Amino acid sequence: MSNTDFVLAIEDLTVSFDGFKAVDNLTMYIDKNELRVVIGPNGAGKTTVLDLICGKTKSTNGSIKFMNHELTKLSEHEIVREGVGRKFQTPSIYENLSVYQNLEVSYPKGRSVWGSLFFKRTAEVKEQVLKIAEEIMLTNFLDMEAALLSHGQKQWLEIGMLLMQDPQLLMLDEPVAGMSAKERDQTAELLNKISHNRSVLVIEHDMEFVKKIAHKVTVLHQGKILAEGSMDQVQEDEKVIEVYLGH
Amino acid sequence: MNASLSKLVGGKEGLVGLAVLAAIIFVVMPLGLDIFRLNLVGKYLTYAFVAVSLVLLWGNGGILSLGQGIFFGLGGYGMAMFMKLEASDPITTKIQTTPGIPDFMDWNQITSLPWFWEPFKSLPLTILIILTIPALFAYLIGFAMFKRRVGGVYFAIITQAIALILSILIVGQQGFTGGVNGITDLKTVWGWDTRNDSAKYILYYLNGFLLFGAILLSKYVLNSKFGMLLLAMRDKEERVRFSGYDVSNFKIFIFCLAAMISAVGGAMFTLQVGFMSPSFVGIVPSIEMVIFCAVGGRASLIGAVYGTLFVNFGKTFFSESYPELWLFIMGGLFIAVVMFFPDGLAGVWAKYSHKLNFFKKKSSVTASTVVVDATKKDVSKNIANDIGVTNIEGAKA
Repeated sequence: MSNTDFVLAIEDLTVSFDGFKAVDNLTMYIDKNELRVVIGPNGAGKTTVLDLICGKTKSTNGSIKFMNHELTKLSEHEIVREGVGRKFQTPSIYENLSVYQNLEVSYPKGRSVWGSLFFKRTAEVKEQVLKIAEEIMLTNFLDMEAALLSHGQKQWLEIGMLLMQDPQLLMLDEPVAGMSAKERDQTAELLNKISHNRSVLVIEHDMEFVKKIAHKVTVLHQGKILAEGSMDQVQEDEKVIEVYLGH
Repeated sequence: MNASLSKLVGGKEGLVGLAVLAAIIFVVMPLGLDIFRLNLVGKYLTYAFVAVSLVLLWGNGGILSLGQGIFFGLGGYGMAMFMKLEASDPITTKIQTTPGIPDFMDWNQITSLPWFWEPFKSLPLTILIILTIPALFAYLIGFAMFKRRVGGVYFAIITQAIALILSILIVGQQGFTGGVNGITDLKTVWGWDTRNDSAKYILYYLNGFLLFGAILLSKYVLNSKFGMLLLAMRDKEERVRFSGYDVSNFKIFIFCLAAMISAVGGAMFTLQVGFMSPSFVGIVPSIEMVIFCAVGGRASLIGAVYGTLFVNFGKTFFSESYPELWLFIMGGLFIAVVMFFPDGLAGVWAKYSHKLNFFKKKSSVTASTVVVDATKKDVSKNIANDIGVTNIEGAKA
């Protein structure tokens, strides 16, 4: 496939588990600085798409190009080093470390064994930690053990850990699940802020939240794209109403 | 530099902990015990190397190896092979069919020194082998396991199997290894008699210094970003992988380092005890060493040393006075640790040293510490489950 201007170009992507095609011939492009939301009923293949992009699941067929680099052959940590960050559905943080340490450990230097043994905690690292901590509203909790954070704060911390790596593509799997209304608003604000200089791919169920953040929405159904467009377009779409939104 | 030094020992509290341990090992024990008992303590302290290695590997990395006896044994056999060759000079062994080779080889109709014994004619080469071969072996095991993402219980079982295989191999190849008797009648290192009292004192102190070296090296590793990543991997391996780290390399490295530390312990064992046998290689010693580490507190380097001393003193005391009771006491102790002291002696100390208010500022006791304590309980509960599960597997095997 030829090179494109897209940050992420997924073409003819298929993955089959024992004959069941969880993702079926999917083609999707994400622009620079775009915030894309993927919605769809349970089992539509949303999380599988993220798994395929970040290398957790290997594709059966098709190509995933990130800034024109093929990702399907790379291992997980290599994909991260290309500049793709992924947040898991349940908050996935290091509970026994402090908030500060959680962020520091995610700093993208000293990633090899020897590099980490001789990693220096420079002023630059500290500055970056403090900057991100402010962005994710956890400045006052830096010394707290991460296990003690509220559910919403844990979600933010994980987003912060990804921001430490300054990825060009950030993928978030249901970032507001289990959050209070106020936390949802704050998260929407956070996502809008961080998508200014990077592309963001979000999986979400909460339609109110989607409206607040999405530039463009992709509706998945049975591993295929049912509709794609602005939130308004998608909400009007007959097929989408049929299978997902309901009448 | 000063700041990094203080960080290395773990601040004021860490320094006091190290100083107390140093005082016990280097002053109290030598003054309070006769040379026979001190030599015994020296032997226990060689096991402490393994316990320290398990703190790195298991306590911090979450990788339970039930086969650390492999590396302890390899180190011990390396030193034993050197000393055996030195003890088998042609003059002392002139009554043999083939003079100049170890006696057990002669008994087994072997007429020339096997090729893999050759390097052990040289002490520097022997030391090099003790430091590299166990680590290399660990690298091979680690590479095969961790690159395939074999972990947890499966890794524990495989290391146990390898320990068993190695001990069977040693027993079976009597002509090359001395078989079930091991390698005995070790006398000198470069002509220096290791059996008299002054040598025993020197070896005891050498052992103590090396143990402190191992602890400081481990502290450095745990205080670096590497150490933080170990904890992170223990908690959420996937998150570490998806933060751009090749998790398997980190596991391989810590497994190799643990192997190297264990091997040094093994070599010091041979020097102080004067023999090496397959009973220090197999499953039972490997599991015992996990118990030492658990009793001391699996996340505490210094705790591991106390745990080793505590269990072994108990073992010696009870097997001298009530030999039939010891196994029950050991079992009971282990159950008690799992049920009530999941962080071992180090955990008990951390809990009650607060009350002494020795190092802590008074202001630190606020409502928030109560919350912290409550969640710590949860964390230790998890650890208890973890240990509980692994114990059951150990017991089954």
